[in-house]
Amino acid sequence: MIEAVGLTKRYGNTLAVDNLSFSVPTGRVTGFLGPNGAGKSTTMRMILGLDTPTGGSALIDGKRYRDLHQPLRTVGALLDAKWVHPNRSARAHLAWMARSNNLSAGRVDEVLDLVGLTGVANKRAGGFSLGMSQRLGIAAALLGDPQVLLFDEPVNGLDPEGILWIRKFMHRLADEGRTVFVSSHLLSEMALTAQELVVIGRGKLISQSSTEDFVAMATENTVKVRGPQLTALRSELGRAGVTIRDEGDSLIVSGMDCADIGELAARTQTVLHELSPQRGSLEEAFIQLTGDSVEYHTDLVDGATPATLVPAGK
Amino acid sequence: MSLLTAERIKLLSTRSPWWCGLLAIVLPVGFTVLLATQVNPTNAPGFEFTPAATQGTASLGRAVVMVLAALAVTSEYRFGTIRSTFQAAPQRVAALLAKSAVVVVLTAVIGAVVGFGSWAVFRALHSGPDLDLVTAADWRSVAGEVLVFALTGALALGVGILVRQTAGAVAILLVYALLVEGLIGVIPKVGRDIQHWMPFFAADRFLGIRDGGDDLQNLPLGPWAYLAYFAAITVVVLGAGIFAAVRRDA
Repeated sequence: MIEAVGLTKRYGNTLAVDNLSFSVPTGRVTGFLGPNGAGKSTTMRMILGLDTPTGGSALIDGKRYRDLHQPLRTVGALLDAKWVHPNRSARAHLAWMARSNNLSAGRVDEVLDLVGLTGVANKRAGGFSLGMSQRLGIAAALLGDPQVLLFDEPVNGLDPEGILWIRKFMHRLADEGRTVFVSSHLLSEMALTAQELVVIGRGKLISQSSTEDFVAMATENTVKVRGPQLTALRSELGRAGVTIRDEGDSLIVSGMDCADIGELAARTQTVLHELSPQRGSLEEAFIQLTGDSVEYHTDLVDGATPATLVPAGK
Repeated sequence: MSLLTAERIKLLSTRSPWWCGLLAIVLPVGFTVLLATQVNPTNAPGFEFTPAATQGTASLGRAVVMVLAALAVTSEYRFGTIRSTFQAAPQRVAALLAKSAVVVVLTAVIGAVVGFGSWAVFRALHSGPDLDLVTAADWRSVAGEVLVFALTGALALGVGILVRQTAGAVAILLVYALLVEGLIGVIPKVGRDIQHWMPFFAADRFLGIRDGGDDLQNLPLGPWAYLAYFAAITVVVLGAGIFAAVRRDA
């Protein structure tokens, strides 16, 4: 179990992580979600003792990372797949890590086999594709057979095959009873991968809940009603106590389903041009919740597609 | 112990230390061969045929060893592996001391090859009793390279940890060692006195290079005190580097 208590990191005048408290339950995949620049990587580096928090603490099974004995046996992490010397072979890269924590040389071959890199084990890592580097990073994370695993944006930049492989791998790790904490800026990805979600924006906690609850809470179900003359229907709906929002020449109704609205329209003899259920996308939900917390905000007009708000890069 | 092995694997599993090591040996020994074939008592009457004189080009090897040692840590910062290092060994002092030990051993070995190699090729070309290792001073000149190279490696490693960038660290080290120390002596009046306290000047005085020079009489320290002084500077720089690495975010 990973626990952050009042975690804070300040760089000069910027508060990268602001009094962040959350816990990552044992034996599940927990997604760490936030827009780019929300402080996800900084938080992960603080959990691993690489960056010193300005305030608060991060504990793994009740201990600070730097107090762990042979930490690779407790926590495995992949923060950046490119953190490998390009002229060192994959095997040598794993060999020195294994040696530093008194892990056997046989374990190196095991993890290479696990991620399917045995064939290129003696090739220099600099020549690896991003997908192969990612696998090497995962092999390094698994070296000590740790119960806790941290992955920072593991699917970033991967092709669909690579994404699928990583996703399946995460599930497999969780099925083995390990604690997996994986960050992403894509809610759609997390909805497929994570059972729990820790959502942050601008370094602050926005929510911690199960993925199901988060999606349900975030996406509201509404009905769009369009017609040439809606005044009568509007007053009837108002009497029924539902929430109505105007959008151009149509009404967005929440709290009543299509069937009920249709009957109400018949009763008031209203001509309808459209009556359609609307379901917010995960991206919309995410943006709605993280709202102003996106760093380097762009003033997009309402009509812009939400997808453009979620940049692809890291 | 496991950290030492890990650092050894890390250092020897890339090519640059091998090339640097080779260059650090070939350059000074090669120049010694060149010098030995050309010099003789008639064309260089002032040249003293002593073991110390065979070590005149070792500073070339020292310069390359500095690059090797600095690279051992700056490449880790360059490629982000320093984070894996601190992840595997969160006790950063232990991790960096292990790295220092491995670098020191390697540079000491290179120093031994350079010292004895230069002396051996010189003697092979100028056989005579003058070049035998007889006195303690003779041994200090040749075997002393082991200590001087080891300390030079540790010093450069310290600078590398402090600067964290290959280009910066190498520029500082080479410009300092090859230019600054020599130029200080050019300053009128105080230049000489300051030069007497420069680290690589101290290293050369320990080795006894050009001992008979007019400008090298009445020095403030003896050879072993000069070595201790050089070692003290090394410990301070390396210590400052390790202290900084512990304090800084990786």
